[in-house]
Amino acid sequence: MTAIAVAATINGEATSFLCEAEETLLDALRDRLGLTGAKEGCGTGDCGACSVVLDGRLVCSCLVLGAEAEGREVETIEGMALGDHLHPLQQKFLDHAALQCGVCTPGFLVAAKALLDQNPSPTEEEVRFGLAGNLCRCTGYDKIVRAVMDAAESMRDGR
Amino acid sequence: MTNSETGLKERQFKIVGTRPLRPDGIDKVTGRARFGADMAAPGMLVGKILRSPHAHARIRSIDATKALVLPGVKAVVTHEDFAEVGADLQDVLENVMAQDKALYDGHAVAAVAAISAGVARKALRLIEVDYEILPHVTDVEAAMAAEAPVLHDDIVTSGVEPAPKTPSNVVHRHEFGHGDVAEGLAQADVVIEHDFKTAATHQGYIEPHACVGSVGPDGQGELWCCTQGHFWVRNTCAALLGMDVSHLRVTASEIGGGFGGKTTVFIDPVALALSRKAGRPVKIVMSREEVFRASGPTSSTAMTVKIGVRRDGRITAGEAVLKFQGGAFAGSPVDLGAMTAFACYDLEHVKTVAYDVVTNRPKQAAYRAPGAPMAAFAVESVIDELASKIGMDPIELRLKNAVENGSQSSYGPKFGPVGLVETLVAAREHEHYTAPLGANQGRGIASGFWFNFGGQTCVSLNINADGSVALAVGTPDIGGSRASMGQMAAEELGIGYDKVRTIVADTASLGYNDISEGSRVTFSTGLATIQAARDAIGKLCGRAAQTWGISPDAVVWEDGYARPAGANAGEFPPLSLAEIAETAAKTGGPIAGHCEVNAAGAGVSFATHLVDAEVDPETGRAKILRYTVVQDAGKAIHPSYVEGQYQGGAVQGVGWALNEEYIYGEDGRLQNPSFLDYRIPVASDLPMIDTVIVEVPNPGHPYGVRGVGETSIVPPLAAIANAVSAAAGVRLTELPMSPPRVLRGIDEAAANGKA
Repeated sequence: MTAIAVAATINGEATSFLCEAEETLLDALRDRLGLTGAKEGCGTGDCGACSVVLDGRLVCSCLVLGAEAEGREVETIEGMALGDHLHPLQQKFLDHAALQCGVCTPGFLVAAKALLDQNPSPTEEEVRFGLAGNLCRCTGYDKIVRAVMDAAESMRDGR
Repeated sequence: MTNSETGLKERQFKIVGTRPLRPDGIDKVTGRARFGADMAAPGMLVGKILRSPHAHARIRSIDATKALVLPGVKAVVTHEDFAEVGADLQDVLENVMAQDKALYDGHAVAAVAAISAGVARKALRLIEVDYEILPHVTDVEAAMAAEAPVLHDDIVTSGVEPAPKTPSNVVHRHEFGHGDVAEGLAQADVVIEHDFKTAATHQGYIEPHACVGSVGPDGQGELWCCTQGHFWVRNTCAALLGMDVSHLRVTASEIGGGFGGKTTVFIDPVALALSRKAGRPVKIVMSREEVFRASGPTSSTAMTVKIGVRRDGRITAGEAVLKFQGGAFAGSPVDLGAMTAFACYDLEHVKTVAYDVVTNRPKQAAYRAPGAPMAAFAVESVIDELASKIGMDPIELRLKNAVENGSQSSYGPKFGPVGLVETLVAAREHEHYTAPLGANQGRGIASGFWFNFGGQTCVSLNINADGSVALAVGTPDIGGSRASMGQMAAEELGIGYDKVRTIVADTASLGYNDISEGSRVTFSTGLATIQAARDAIGKLCGRAAQTWGISPDAVVWEDGYARPAGANAGEFPPLSLAEIAETAAKTGGPIAGHCEVNAAGAGVSFATHLVDAEVDPETGRAKILRYTVVQDAGKAIHPSYVEGQYQGGAVQGVGWALNEEYIYGEDGRLQNPSFLDYRIPVASDLPMIDTVIVEVPNPGHPYGVRGVGETSIVPPLAAIANAVSAAAGVRLTELPMSPPRVLRGIDEAAANGKA
């Protein structure tokens, strides 16, 4: 089988990688590029642990082929903090203890950022529906929802 | 000052009880944290497992010839590649790799290691297994029937008279309790009896099982895996591979949820066996479908509960018969269900009977307070109905019968100081309890109990030359325990929380540690951490005494400083931990504290949950409107993570009560092995989960800690069933209360009402 050469922009950097035709973007990120922040919880688009942003749109990277990233922009959890400066969502997840095991956390953060990019002032219900594609089994979502609401508020107040 | 009831000193804490950030936090919000599947090793192969498509089949032969000649295939293993093990591990081995029979849909029969996932998958299709398909049974009561297909020729029911002579699927019958139930029931004004059923559910951790195993030509092995107990994994894998325990070093990765489901082995011995054969590291990661089909969900159950009560609210007797299927091997948590069923109540006459049953389903693994939620569902549903029958407030009825310090428990021992009454009173006083309800809405309440465990624990606390502290524990951190351990170490040493770094050490670096289970970590690893800190303090004081040239007995440790005491008080300026550490090389070498303990004295814990539900009479859909958890933590070390345990347990209970269910077809195959069809709660299904932390200190822990992780899932099934039943106007006795089931209940009640 011939590998496909893919050139994409990942977290703002021009990146090229080889992948098989049937390889998912998630596998390419994890196995080819060492970006293991996105997790495979289900492989069927049901859990959101593999969430990334592709050309500005939130996707499950387990449902996208690696080759589909050609010429496109991919944002992953690894690109969310600027150096040692955490994104407000990351800081609020820590402050609110919004993670227990933490395996769903990268997906939640990517999805929450995509939500706030579209809607900077979500209601609690909007946060709950906005994050309904991400499964968390530890927290019962309470502290996650609070962290996102709090982050939205602090971002509106000018970070 | 001493707490009169518990004997614990009332201590003013500086760090315990605060909410510092967890040491692994940054890694977990930036994607740096390495979970099971995030590890790679040079030369690594991909391992895949061939699984039985049949619920029950004899394996006549396995032929891997074609797979082995496929380019890129490096090894194939079957049951023959594992060592002979003792009776205690026989079931574990057979579950890891089927021997003569495949016992459930998904049972592993062979495995392959290849240079890529694609080659490995292709190789699996080339392995030829000759099956003789056998009749199967997946329902607990069907499996108990005389004509049921028998899974194991060597299981003959124990605990019944006369002793049966033929094999059966009923492993044992056990009985617990005291008094005379018939006599108690005769004293009752009202007796209610119901049958209950619950579906099997899965722990639903988001991280599938994953590991990288490597065995070199010298027989030395290494294993990286996501587990709740890497020491147990080491011992078990070593036995299954016929290795010395010291030849296998296991490192626990970050763990993406466990809830009991990662307390055993499935893929780890397979990766090691493949690696030993291939001579290269092997990585195995389960797919979600494999997790559902072939890891360890909990039991499905059939239960009957009968309780009698007097008009004044005194329960005169309680009886429960519990039948749990635990999958293809003995060991369902039915005994724990039977022991916990009536644990909330001080009863003169109580009896519980437990039947452990095998079926053609995956071998169950622990799931958070194993066995207790189902038993509580049945008992607390009947209690609720009794309260309504005698016209008594359900909290009042529970208070009239609640266990207290000195009560005889239904399962044997006498309770020490316990907090059930405190949770009931706090629930009654909570604003939630009297908030108004609308049409088609109902409020439910239920209480629950869990034992909590202690167990073998070993920690090492190393004082570094710069005054910082490295704390090595051997219990994987499932929900923030490294933060709590750091708090307890800092509290005891009198230094800042940020001076302590807590890590989970590998199996070569510490003595044996029991699994992170039984809500034991904050209790027993915490206790060991405090003891290790005290051990280190003794040594720090010794070094100070040596520096000052006085007796070690004449030095005390206060707020992070060694101070001369007694006759020498004020004689020398106090020495800080950092100052003593700095000169350690000159005063006798490194300073470390240790503790090895088999921790006893884990305090039991109780919770009371309040929940409001609304039922749509058109569709039968139940929605949770409001939820309040009240639970005794003994002492909350890090309140945020205690709240998190309360909230998480409640929401897992919501899923169990309303949605989650293993569905088997007539063919004995699992019909819904995906998160699409096995639906766990999502954010939009839920309200905020309010919490109230009650603290009745446990005298068995220096700070009063009780385990909190498991009790939180005991009351929800019952509390939600009581709320949904109230909202629907009909008693619902089968879980999950999915829309069709609720609708059927409403329709049947309406039909009966008309008749």
